[in-house]
Amino acid sequence: METLVTILAGVLVTVATYLLLSKSLIRVIIGTAILTHAGHLLIMTLAKLKTGTVPIVGEGNPVDPLPQALILTSIVIGFAVTAVSLVLAYRTYQELGTDKLDKLRGDPDE
Amino acid sequence: MSTIVLAIFIPFFAAAIIPFLYKYVKNIHVGWFAILVPTALFLYLASLIPTISSGDVIVQTMNWIPSYGINLTAYLDGLSLTLALLISGVGALVILYSIYYLSSREALGSFYTYLMLFMGAMLGVVMADNMLVLYVFWELTSISSFLLIAFWYQRKRSREGAKKSLIITVSGGISMLVGFIMVGSMANTWSIREVIADVGTINEHVLFIPAMLLVLLGAFTKSAQFPFHIWLPDAMEAPTPVSAYLHSATMVKAGIYLVARFTPVFGGEAVWFWAVTGVGIFTLFWGSFNAVRQTDLKALLAYSTISQLGMIMSMFGMGSAALYLGYSTESVIYTGSTFAALFHLVNHSTFKGALFMIVGIVDHSVGTRDIRRLGGLITLMPVTFTVATIGSMSMAGLPPFNGFLSKEMFFISTLDISEASFFGLGSWGILIPVIAWVASVFTFVYSTVFVVKTFLGPYKEEKLEHPAHEPKPGMLVSPIILGLLVIAFFFVPNMVGKHLITPAMGGIFPTFAAEGADLGQHIHAWHGFTPELVMTIGVILFGVLLFLTRKYWAGVYSLFPEKRSINTFYGFMLNQIEEKSTLITNKYMTRYLRDYMVYIFTFFILGIGGTFIFTGAYKFTLPENASISNFEWLIVLAMMAAGITVLFAKSRLTAIVLNSILGFGIAILFVLFRAPDLALTQMIIEAVTTVLFLVAYYFLPELDKEDTRKKTKNINLFISIGVGVVFTAVALGVQGNRAFETISSFYENSYELAGGNNMVNAILGDFRAFDTMLEVIVLLIAGIGVYTFIRVRTKKESDQIEDK
Repeated sequence: METLVTILAGVLVTVATYLLLSKSLIRVIIGTAILTHAGHLLIMTLAKLKTGTVPIVGEGNPVDPLPQALILTSIVIGFAVTAVSLVLAYRTYQELGTDKLDKLRGDPDE
Repeated sequence: MSTIVLAIFIPFFAAAIIPFLYKYVKNIHVGWFAILVPTALFLYLASLIPTISSGDVIVQTMNWIPSYGINLTAYLDGLSLTLALLISGVGALVILYSIYYLSSREALGSFYTYLMLFMGAMLGVVMADNMLVLYVFWELTSISSFLLIAFWYQRKRSREGAKKSLIITVSGGISMLVGFIMVGSMANTWSIREVIADVGTINEHVLFIPAMLLVLLGAFTKSAQFPFHIWLPDAMEAPTPVSAYLHSATMVKAGIYLVARFTPVFGGEAVWFWAVTGVGIFTLFWGSFNAVRQTDLKALLAYSTISQLGMIMSMFGMGSAALYLGYSTESVIYTGSTFAALFHLVNHSTFKGALFMIVGIVDHSVGTRDIRRLGGLITLMPVTFTVATIGSMSMAGLPPFNGFLSKEMFFISTLDISEASFFGLGSWGILIPVIAWVASVFTFVYSTVFVVKTFLGPYKEEKLEHPAHEPKPGMLVSPIILGLLVIAFFFVPNMVGKHLITPAMGGIFPTFAAEGADLGQHIHAWHGFTPELVMTIGVILFGVLLFLTRKYWAGVYSLFPEKRSINTFYGFMLNQIEEKSTLITNKYMTRYLRDYMVYIFTFFILGIGGTFIFTGAYKFTLPENASISNFEWLIVLAMMAAGITVLFAKSRLTAIVLNSILGFGIAILFVLFRAPDLALTQMIIEAVTTVLFLVAYYFLPELDKEDTRKKTKNINLFISIGVGVVFTAVALGVQGNRAFETISSFYENSYELAGGNNMVNAILGDFRAFDTMLEVIVLLIAGIGVYTFIRVRTKKESDQIEDK
């Protein structure tokens, strides 16, 4: 299971990297979202999978609770990042009329 | 109670308070508050004169970074006290003058804040015993000087002048720091006193000469010695009180102070002697030679300051010869040069401060400082004329003014040193008095130009902005006080000599003082028809001659056109550096996100993947896998398929649906991995994210086909696969090799430790509650960011108040 999930994370990282390298701002944002997923899977896998019960006292031998706490934080932060970048994309498009990053190069004198 | 350490900090406290006083006390000029600080400091320091002149020193330490031996040690000996008195005394006079000079429409709060910053920093420089502390204060004076030169920052010339002075003095400061670190590592201490005490052990060290040259570079840049003098004329864009204070009386003396302070360490070396004397004497000549050609009164004074600083510098150089010879009755002769240097240091501050203030008064009164437009002010501004004459004649070295005394002593020193036979002086020594004499002739000429061109000749009112008139009496107080001091020092020079300069000599020649040498000098105005008096008479005769025949030999200046000057070279160098570095930067800073991403990912692949391959550190053992059910296979494969399909999505809706599949797939995996909290959160967030994407899409354009070239696409694909492979390899490697046991077992006691059965919640809400709180702050910032992006519009045009 661990190997399989790691490979899944690897595939997602590949996809995310490709999207981050594209011209369209929307693709880049989707890329960051997918990269977050991959990161979560990696953290989860590092602590071994399915080794016990849910991490609640009295349920028997629990799985490692630490990665879960980390991921919980990360999910929320990831959401904030996505929200801010989406609004940034919206404003960029509204002000400059394009979402193509190769056109968003700014003024060389600035 | 460390009162002296406190004295350094009082100006800094004042700098913090002044902006508030300026804001809230409207009916009193804020300068009246500022003037209290230097006045109080001056009185306090003056009360220490009896202690210091009896030969004592005051040492007080306040710990700063004791573990590295860096402490705020205030060390007050005669040398420090002399300069500290100058700083506070001239400071008080300059502030008094500035109250009348600057109108209340100016940004007075900033002005006095900067001035206080400077005063504190300068006191720190002269009193610090620790080299690193000295360096910090040293750079602070550069920064406050920068701020003061750029006080009228709307003017382009002010900004450029400020930038130039900062670049030159700070570069010198950095090299001085390197020199200090060398000295510190040789002597194993940061304390200047301790370095001086065991100078015998370090002067054979291989770093001794490099350290000396680096420290000298700092001193020369700060004291505007050739060829670093070019910043000083440009610094004249500062308000005149600043020029009088920083750029003639105090800050430019910091380099001279440094040379004096380090004379016991480096003096006695031939390199030191020739560097300090040679640079000084050439600067003396070059400054006075160029001062004559200036048409702006302030520029004339700037070059004159350069020249006078060179003269003081060369005297310190000549005095250091005494340390080479060691203590004997012959060598003590050379210490007279150092004595003269210190005396002239004081004298120069008095007459040059007065002259700068005079220029400010003239500028204020008639609206120009151009000598081609001035003339005939003597009848209209008699008081100003009188003070100007006193200052100029002192500068030219005429009796009965203090400049005469120190100039005579300077001539004696040059004659003494030219007769010496060490350091190769036998063949070259004669040049020193010759150059000194020629430079003094030019000094006489520009001093005459200053007075004659401004105050005598025809009065040309049509060329002036305003008709000439005497300024407000308050503006005249400071120059008159300085003018009176110029005369007073001539008649009672030994008061200064005995109480300030003689103790200062003890600090510069500690080994001599320990032998019981009498380093003091009795200053005479009259000592018979001696060679130096003949030299002075020659200066006057030739000076008058050169002044009268000025227009016949002025052609000599066309030999030094602006095109080949150091200034042009400096500008050229700066431009080149800027152009070339912009060129290089533009090569890789393409302002295109993809390129930056390529750099990052390529580094990731090469840095991490490459390290594994070259070091052979990679170890891979397949982890013990948990079993996989058919359902799990299905989920994982579906997710892989969804992930890859995103790349080929034609419409943005497909892309976001596929992304949601990934998100919800992960939620299901969380359920399978015994993480109910995560599954719940992931589900909610994924739903909200999907909605957010859909809302945003309403405002965003359709996904169109990427018109990327085939080659670029292939590179992108190659990089992506590379990143994915390295990532997977690292992840698998990490899982197979555990360096230590998990720390999670600590949290399994969550009920006893935190009162919660749910371990994940206990971690978030109790064990790591601070992290969670900060996370909430991140969310808050993101929320503010989203709101700002949507709501706030920038103004298209901002007001331009700077000229180009």
